[in-house]
Amino acid sequence: MPTLKDIMDTMEYGPAPEAHAEVSAWIAARPVIGHFINGRFVEPAGKTTDVINPATEAVLTRVALGTEAEVDSAVRAARIAFPKWAALPGHERAKYLYALARHVQKRERFLSVLETIDNGKTIRESRDIDIPLVARHFYHHAGWAEILETEFPNHAPVGVCGQIIPWNFPLLMLAWKVAPALAAGNTVVLKPADLTPLTAHAFAEICVEIGLPPGVLNIVQGDGTTGAAIAGHPDVDKVAFTGSTEVGRVIRRQIAGSGKKLSLELGGKSPFIVFEDADLDAAVEGVVDAIWFNQGEVCCAGSRLLVQEGVAPRFFDKLRARMETLRTGDPLDKTMDIGAVVSAKQLARITTLLDQGQAEGATLHRAPGAIPAKGAFCAPGFFTGTAPAHTVSQTEIFGPIATTLTFRTPDEAITLANDTRYGLAASVWSENINRAIETAAKVKAGVVWINATNIFDAGAPFGGFRESGYGREGGRAGMLEYLTAKWEKTGKARPVPTLVPGVTPATKAQMAEIDVTAKLYIGGKQARADGGQSYTVFGKVGAVLGQAALANRKDVRNAVEAAGKANGWSGVTAHNRAQVLYFFAENLSQRRAEFVSALAATGAQKPEEEVELTLRRAFWYAAQADKFDGAVTATKSNHVTMTVNEPFGTIGLVAPDEAPLLGLMSLILPAIAMGNRVVAVASQSHPLVAARLYQVLETSDIPGGVINLLTGDRDVLARTLAEHDDVAALWYCGSAEGSAMVEKASAGNLKPVWSDLGRLRDWHDPAQGQGVEYLRRATQVKTIWLPYGA
Amino acid sequence: MTHAFPRMTGTAFTADWFEAINVNTPAADRRAASLGSRRTVKKDWQAAWLARAVTCIDLTTLAGDDTAGRVQRLCAKARNPVRADLLAALGLDGLTVGAVCVYPTMVPNAVKALEGSGIPVASVATGFPAGLTPLPLRLAEIRYAVDQGAAEIDVVITRELALTGQWQALYDEIRQMREACGNAHMKAILATGDLKTLTNVYKASMVAMQAGADFIKTSTGKEEVNATLPVSLTMVRALRDFRDLTGQWVGFKPAGGLKTAKDAMNWLILMKEEMGTRWCMPDLFRIGASSMLGDIERQLEHHVTGRYSAANRHALA
Repeated sequence: MPTLKDIMDTMEYGPAPEAHAEVSAWIAARPVIGHFINGRFVEPAGKTTDVINPATEAVLTRVALGTEAEVDSAVRAARIAFPKWAALPGHERAKYLYALARHVQKRERFLSVLETIDNGKTIRESRDIDIPLVARHFYHHAGWAEILETEFPNHAPVGVCGQIIPWNFPLLMLAWKVAPALAAGNTVVLKPADLTPLTAHAFAEICVEIGLPPGVLNIVQGDGTTGAAIAGHPDVDKVAFTGSTEVGRVIRRQIAGSGKKLSLELGGKSPFIVFEDADLDAAVEGVVDAIWFNQGEVCCAGSRLLVQEGVAPRFFDKLRARMETLRTGDPLDKTMDIGAVVSAKQLARITTLLDQGQAEGATLHRAPGAIPAKGAFCAPGFFTGTAPAHTVSQTEIFGPIATTLTFRTPDEAITLANDTRYGLAASVWSENINRAIETAAKVKAGVVWINATNIFDAGAPFGGFRESGYGREGGRAGMLEYLTAKWEKTGKARPVPTLVPGVTPATKAQMAEIDVTAKLYIGGKQARADGGQSYTVFGKVGAVLGQAALANRKDVRNAVEAAGKANGWSGVTAHNRAQVLYFFAENLSQRRAEFVSALAATGAQKPEEEVELTLRRAFWYAAQADKFDGAVTATKSNHVTMTVNEPFGTIGLVAPDEAPLLGLMSLILPAIAMGNRVVAVASQSHPLVAARLYQVLETSDIPGGVINLLTGDRDVLARTLAEHDDVAALWYCGSAEGSAMVEKASAGNLKPVWSDLGRLRDWHDPAQGQGVEYLRRATQVKTIWLPYGA
Repeated sequence: MTHAFPRMTGTAFTADWFEAINVNTPAADRRAASLGSRRTVKKDWQAAWLARAVTCIDLTTLAGDDTAGRVQRLCAKARNPVRADLLAALGLDGLTVGAVCVYPTMVPNAVKALEGSGIPVASVATGFPAGLTPLPLRLAEIRYAVDQGAAEIDVVITRELALTGQWQALYDEIRQMREACGNAHMKAILATGDLKTLTNVYKASMVAMQAGADFIKTSTGKEEVNATLPVSLTMVRALRDFRDLTGQWVGFKPAGGLKTAKDAMNWLILMKEEMGTRWCMPDLFRIGASSMLGDIERQLEHHVTGRYSAANRHALA
């Protein structure tokens, strides 16, 4: 023991342990963590596995690995509980959520200590960040439950939600999943990570404590196999997953075509951009809150530091100096900055990546302080000399180690920032407001923090672009993931296309005075099909109407290429886009008679109405172009938190066989109104309407490449679009099998797919054929955080 | 004070070192707020840290009703800041405060009262607290205080020069003050509550250091807002940048508004985290305070006895 005099000289911190006797007793009284099904704690029937405190390597207890039968009984309980829970007045559900929030607060110390013991994160973080955010999430969603009916008219809960959460923020991720699901009137089967089952179990006890009706929340413990059983269960209506991109892909494929709603919050390699005019000390502290937060086990961690070349040496010097003061050790000690990573296995994975980084030529800087000999501790650090091509620059390390790059100019910073498959978050450091907001606008990420990092709030939507997944958690956007528009899922099955493309000469056609060549429309130009083939198109009594170009894979490729180049469209004002839509309506109106007769020739029932509704729809989306706005959300004081509805970029659209004009334009108009470019596959059976349409497009000031029209075999083209990594989203109106096919194929780049599962939509009914749902599907929410203070 | 480092000399006026600086206020606020939640000290460590804080206190009286008697009483407290039986129990005999800080006319009283204690007398000067008397008078006041035996002079800067960006003029003024101080150590009070923005605070800190301030100090104690953690963080970062640029060491003194033992801990944590242990010592860190000591005494008694203490069990200043 040092004397007080000694300490006065060394000014050491000394030990500051958090007491854990009650928590340890609680754990000791639970030798196996089982399931929580239908309001009861269920003895596990299957295997169990050790739950380990990663900081001490002590076995805490065992956790059940849920079997299919257990999953089935949990889903059944959720299904039985669903109607009554969904039918409760919002106020009644709000009271339960309020009670959950209150009880989390009442047990905040217990939950914090339990989380730290289970996960290895520091008590400071579980106490100051995780648990307060959990309570905040339930409060916020108590509010959504209260006002659900008026805020989300014509929406209904999805049903039974299967939710699979990760180990890095165990209780917080539970809150992010459970709160919106319950608020919206769904019931839940949740699977915590097998590495961190404890706080979910404690939460189940809280549910009992507040009297949550049985079956509303069910918890099945287990590993990936259990998770797969939940995701794959036929009576689950919605799957929500947070975890790795690889598992996200597996789930996407697994449930393709099932009709299950899906939200994915996956990996990231988020840029942390430091401009030369940044407050460098502030940015250094930002790194501490970015990659050195939660042992770097944060999907949105700023793990790629991009630093402007002129200030890079100073910045790295400051960063190194700051790193030296970080304390790594016993996570229950209140003075630790870095606790234990979640498991020895995870530590080994990190170590392997660090070795690889050094082998590839990068220099690793590590914090110098001693780390405990026992336990899964990883000293924080950062690489210099990393290049974009290095493994560690591309792969999520999920440990407290950042990579670094320097850049010369703001546009280079943005290019480097976007040079990734991911798009979860970004952090921008600059004291120049123009530069900061420009960067926030251009970076491809679902969350952007300006001069800040890793700030969260239940009211601010969180979620990714690109292969970081889709769907949002938090705020209004998050609620919509747990609601469904009432008209969806109502239609009858769509018949197979009446026309199977045939490329050999057919019977005599109705000849125009001069032969008509229907082409594809790519990049603002009429293009002959790459394969040099056309297919014969028949009218209502089997008469041959003409020939349509038969597009193939390469035409899809060319069209996507053209759409990619037309990115100026996303930058023009909403007013300009509206003008173009109005002008399109004007030009279509002039050729009304021609389209009416073309539609009549296809056998359309109400051709006049179809043209008229197309005109109206153009007006409606023109009107919405500058009105479907983001919002400024009330989160923390002295923060402007903006949600912006951003276009995806290139959207693939697969039009229905029916309503060849209205069906096609009902997809194209909302997509382009929001600033997307589209590659649209026209009605397979009635392609000549689309071929006529491009003449109208050509005269309507629509820039080349914004709308690309393809005709041909629907599912051949749909597959290519679904597989294409440069298509950012896909809408599919085809068959049930086709829906499964495109959803499965979309797993490559994890584009969100909006498929109608082969159900007919009444395109003539504006409640189904147009609306805000289309605009929402045409955009992705970007949340921009801008703290302020003079 | 014993110096293990050469007395700082300042530098030529170098606008490059601060002109482009923009301090991000919300980020500074966040860092300041997290310091006290990231670190804590308990038990013996807490007692030792509190004792260290005592040695850093500039025990201060700066009131219009100061008298010789009042100053004598303060000096007696400076010699015996913590009850002798408590110090004995803690094994910390001989603990004294960093200095006694008074108005210039009170310096002779303080010098006399502290004779033989080794505790320096600090005097405010230069038309404290507003600093708006003519420069020759302000310089003369410094010389007067030094003549009377003050070993440390706390000067105030002309806020107008900072608020209107006349940095060269500010530099020139502080330079003259430093010359007037001679061998006495100069603490430059920035009156950060008047400067308002953290960017102003950073720039004024840098100018004061270039002009040769041995210490930079937050406040007179008379502004509406006195020492805050974000302001202190900004000044300490300026001080660190200056050290890294010049190799010269400058001290830091928060003053005004620090009243509790918890405040003492927060500021010591700030110094330790941002500057290192060396800047927790009284030759580089002072706390300008009058009531803080009483709270620290109560905490130390609690450490010794395990019972919560009362103010009347400790001698008044």
